[in-house]
Amino acid sequence: MIVLKRKKYTAYLFIVPAMLFILTFVYIPIIQNFYYSFFRMNSYSPTKTFVGLSNYLDIFQNEIFYTALINNTWYAVISLIFQVGLGLILAITLESKILGRERKFFRTIYFLPSVIAIAAVGLMFYYVYNPNLGLLNALIRIFTENDFRYAWLGHPRTAIFAIIAMSQWQFTGYIMVLLIVAIQKIPQELYEVAEIDGASSFQKALYVTIPQIKEMILVTSIITVIGAYKLFTEIFVITRGGPYDSTHVLGTFMYKTAFFYDKMGYAAAIAGIIFAITFTTSVIQIYISNRGEN
Amino acid sequence: MSYASKTQKNYLFKRILIILILIFFASLVLYPMFWVVSSSLKTNNEFLSDPLGLPDKLMFQNYSEAWAQGLSKYFINSIFINIVSVIITVSIGSACAYGLARFNFKGKTFIFYGILAGLLLSPQVAVLPLYKLLVTFNLYDTYWALILPYVGFRLPFAIFLMRSYFLSIPKEIEESAYIDGCNSFMTFIKIILPISKPIIASAAIVTSRFFWNEFLFALIFIESKSKYTIPIGLSNFRDTLTTNYTAMLAGITIAALPMIILFIIMQKQFIKGLTAGSVKG
Repeated sequence: MIVLKRKKYTAYLFIVPAMLFILTFVYIPIIQNFYYSFFRMNSYSPTKTFVGLSNYLDIFQNEIFYTALINNTWYAVISLIFQVGLGLILAITLESKILGRERKFFRTIYFLPSVIAIAAVGLMFYYVYNPNLGLLNALIRIFTENDFRYAWLGHPRTAIFAIIAMSQWQFTGYIMVLLIVAIQKIPQELYEVAEIDGASSFQKALYVTIPQIKEMILVTSIITVIGAYKLFTEIFVITRGGPYDSTHVLGTFMYKTAFFYDKMGYAAAIAGIIFAITFTTSVIQIYISNRGEN
Repeated sequence: MSYASKTQKNYLFKRILIILILIFFASLVLYPMFWVVSSSLKTNNEFLSDPLGLPDKLMFQNYSEAWAQGLSKYFINSIFINIVSVIITVSIGSACAYGLARFNFKGKTFIFYGILAGLLLSPQVAVLPLYKLLVTFNLYDTYWALILPYVGFRLPFAIFLMRSYFLSIPKEIEESAYIDGCNSFMTFIKIILPISKPIIASAAIVTSRFFWNEFLFALIFIESKSKYTIPIGLSNFRDTLTTNYTAMLAGITIAALPMIILFIIMQKQFIKGLTAGSVKG
């Protein structure tokens, strides 16, 4: 009993330092952000004017906001197709019995791009897409023998898709590994039963693997969607939102508003919208992964 | 031809086909990386005249040039910020995880869910008030402007990861330590931490990957060039090394290398930490 009593008081000593950090640098700033979003204010001047919801209303009048929202959504949709869709096909293939020890080799290679800093990958693809000396056009020139010098990042139509393609290159292997970990937890007996029933490997994937990792597929889908609306570094490093504001996403729109135009309240309102989108999606994820456990 | 050998042939054909497809994807992943590394070893003229060709003579000077252009300083800054942030995150985080795993106290469930919810909060939503906070406390443009928010944002993940591991340790191990007269801090440091090395390694690697690659905070909270971290310094290179392409590509290679090496050496801990973190948020 003495031991237990002593434990009760010391518990807080273990927990308080971490709590202080999380409160000061995560929770309080996020609450403040919502407070700021109701004001017109600059970064250095101490005066601020209460404007109610007008920052939010102004955002809905801004064209760049819609460009950004559409770009974020494109990113989400294409990432779902490649990172989750192709990632799933690769995961099932790598875990199928037809492969031997080489599966480990492919898994490592496919995962590799995701450990590199996004800024480094962004700069790398900035050169890959370069019209004259970039890898992509040089390859196209070999196969078509045309003098192909298209500026992928210079045209509003292709710039955002060039960046989205880069992210598929970087993160498909990452999602694939998450799915592989889930596949490895499926009990072998399920496959044995399917084999006795004469199931082909395609049928086994469709009727055993996919239903068994349903939760993980949903979770990776949601991670992908949240990531799409948190997008910042890729765009900032490669195009900074240009050409003609065509590649803006919510994150770069917020950055530009805050640090270019010095409209802190307005930028806080954009951050508030990012919060609303990512937080709702996260809550759905938690709900799903808890349901998976029960 | 017998049925058995026919299916065997069929199997072999399928296997070769699948491996060929997988090799195709692997080259899609590897070729751009190879292109960057091989171009980084060329002279600028070689690169401009034939972007796809292999280097004639390996120009390691490009690496020393990128290094001398400031990359060495950014590298040291990144390493310093990384080490300090990881040490604080792991030590404070493991203590908190232990408290949550082993003690009963008022408000425990509330605190636990509060920390868990921290996993869901996006740094972008906190960045403007954090900027103001750092300016107010004269921390703006110091190493602490990055270290403190980094720790705050990565603690929920580290705590979550380590707590579930501590829960799996049998309580009997600690009880014998208590009987021997250890208090809870000594038990934590002498018994729990040593047997938790694998999970601490996972937490350290995954948080360290985050700190090494982080961009948004590093962009906004640091102003002086001398305090830039690698991602910011590197993206700044694009403007200063405009025509020196090969040195720029050497810089990209230098920046990417540490995490690639860490991943290849510690693949197991890397993947363990990443999957544990993502399943729950």
